[in-house]
Amino acid sequence: MSKSTKRELRSTRDAFGETLLDLAKENSKIVVISADLAESTRILPFAKKYPERFIEVGVAEQNMASVAAGLSFTGKIPVMASFGVFSPGRNWDQIRVSICYNDANVKMFATHTGLSADRDGATHQSLEDIAIMRALPNVKILSPCDFWEAKRAVKAAFEIEGPVYVRLSRAKTEVITTPQHSFKIGKMRIMEKGEKIALVGTGTIVSDGLNAAQEINKKHPNTVRVINCPTIKPFNIKDLLKSLGGIRKIITIEEHQIDAGFGSLICEMLSEEREKYLISRVGMNNEFGESGSFEELKKKYRMDKEGIKKIILDKIKNE
Amino acid sequence: MAKKLPADNNDRLQKIAHDLRITVIKSLEKAKSGHTAGSLGTAEIFTVLYFSELKIDPKKPEKTSRDRFFLSNGHICPILYAALSERGFFDPSEMNRFRQINSLLQGHPDRKTPGVETAGGSLGQGISVAVGTALGLKMSKSDNRTYVMTSDGELNEGQTWEAAMLAAKYKLDNLTWIIDRNLIQIGGFTKQVMPLENLRDKIESFNWYVLEIDGHSIDEIKSSFSMAKRISKRPTAIIAHTVPGKGVSFMEDDPSWHGKPPSPKEAEKAIEEIKKLKKKINED
Repeated sequence: MSKSTKRELRSTRDAFGETLLDLAKENSKIVVISADLAESTRILPFAKKYPERFIEVGVAEQNMASVAAGLSFTGKIPVMASFGVFSPGRNWDQIRVSICYNDANVKMFATHTGLSADRDGATHQSLEDIAIMRALPNVKILSPCDFWEAKRAVKAAFEIEGPVYVRLSRAKTEVITTPQHSFKIGKMRIMEKGEKIALVGTGTIVSDGLNAAQEINKKHPNTVRVINCPTIKPFNIKDLLKSLGGIRKIITIEEHQIDAGFGSLICEMLSEEREKYLISRVGMNNEFGESGSFEELKKKYRMDKEGIKKIILDKIKNE
Repeated sequence: MAKKLPADNNDRLQKIAHDLRITVIKSLEKAKSGHTAGSLGTAEIFTVLYFSELKIDPKKPEKTSRDRFFLSNGHICPILYAALSERGFFDPSEMNRFRQINSLLQGHPDRKTPGVETAGGSLGQGISVAVGTALGLKMSKSDNRTYVMTSDGELNEGQTWEAAMLAAKYKLDNLTWIIDRNLIQIGGFTKQVMPLENLRDKIESFNWYVLEIDGHSIDEIKSSFSMAKRISKRPTAIIAHTVPGKGVSFMEDDPSWHGKPPSPKEAEKAIEEIKKLKKKINED
């Protein structure tokens, strides 16, 4: 318990902004497109430092996506950033046709995903972006769990050719990795050891899962394993099976609708295996959010440490 | 395979335009589906683009220093394919495989086809892609130009106007936007489905330089492209007035030909008519 309170709080959007600036110094092909959210998405420092490589399209996310594709055809590496509800929420068809079908080398960054647009309410809370993006061919989807992992995911997005979508949060969440942790697209990481139940998660909610697991493991030693999946697409089922190491009881955690999102993905993948798995999904349960603080929302919609703990304890009880 | 560029005179170009029309008819008839009217109506524009205007190399379709043409109204791709094929980007026999399984020539453009610069078909996107490319070429200080064609019905899509604002904001004088103003769209006449007039005023008010031409006059098409190159600090839009189904009497100006192919009998009759038009040029 004391462990969690000591952890530093930082946002993954800040990691994006800082890393972008570092990469831009070395790579002059990087250009950035804004749809009037430069400050919130943390691309403003880039805009100030490299005004000749910065394009402001105004409140026009559809245009932003297709313009990005056109820029990529001239050898540029375009970065587009907005809130998840607007991009990919507003411009999904442009992402589908102009970017993914064209296999354009565009790097898409969504900030304010999950509940992190908190007080702005349901219109601004991006709880469906994994669902709509993971249905698209050609794109890779990264969903880092904290500040340091976000830095590495942003860097990785530029190391590969083709469309990449990176899911980021506005919220300052616990830093649970270190700058030394390795990162490879498609690779998972065991964050906490345990042998009976596996928490399989993506994004910043992994820190809540980790806290829940660590508290439970104190009372019931070696029970809950925590597996962090920063790559949603391409999904590495082999690495998941390896990370599960034979555990069949699974709880998926995501700050997203449980339908068609990350939990669904895990169910789909494991349903094709020979073994039988018992899976519970934690996330938004087919409803819209509302205004409130990030912590209040996570609590109300059972995506906080206590909510996750309850599900784990129920699973232990039903053993 | 690449053919030598023919002499750049108007009669020669007009003949090529009719040849492209014949190729389009044959290919649509064989495919038993596809969009006839717009493809025939833009034959002269495509001929001038691919046989006179664009700096392109069929042997090196992805050469960095090339002009780019984007087809936003992807459904009229038969005329684009006919031009690319005639120009030597791929083997002309591919035209018989349009819309067939495993074909190089998809029902709407796909970048796997040599010479095709963007996927198109979800309307309104091509102009934004072209704006992105024009921006990129400007940033790279390239002399190459960017061309985009949209239909008129397509202008119903709000994205078109997002792109138009952006092109003017960044003073993209390396961008030429051709509007196929044929007055029809899939559901009927544009004035019934969604009135666009006054189109010229609309685009001018977005701070574009606007030209209006007869989209079947080789001379006017050529001079409008030259004019666009002389305009600085503003993008140019060319409203090309065209007759949908041009060259085939029973197809002209009839919205029902927007999205259907000719039957074998209709194709035969159409080709006969186009051949007559071509012959007339020889006689003149």
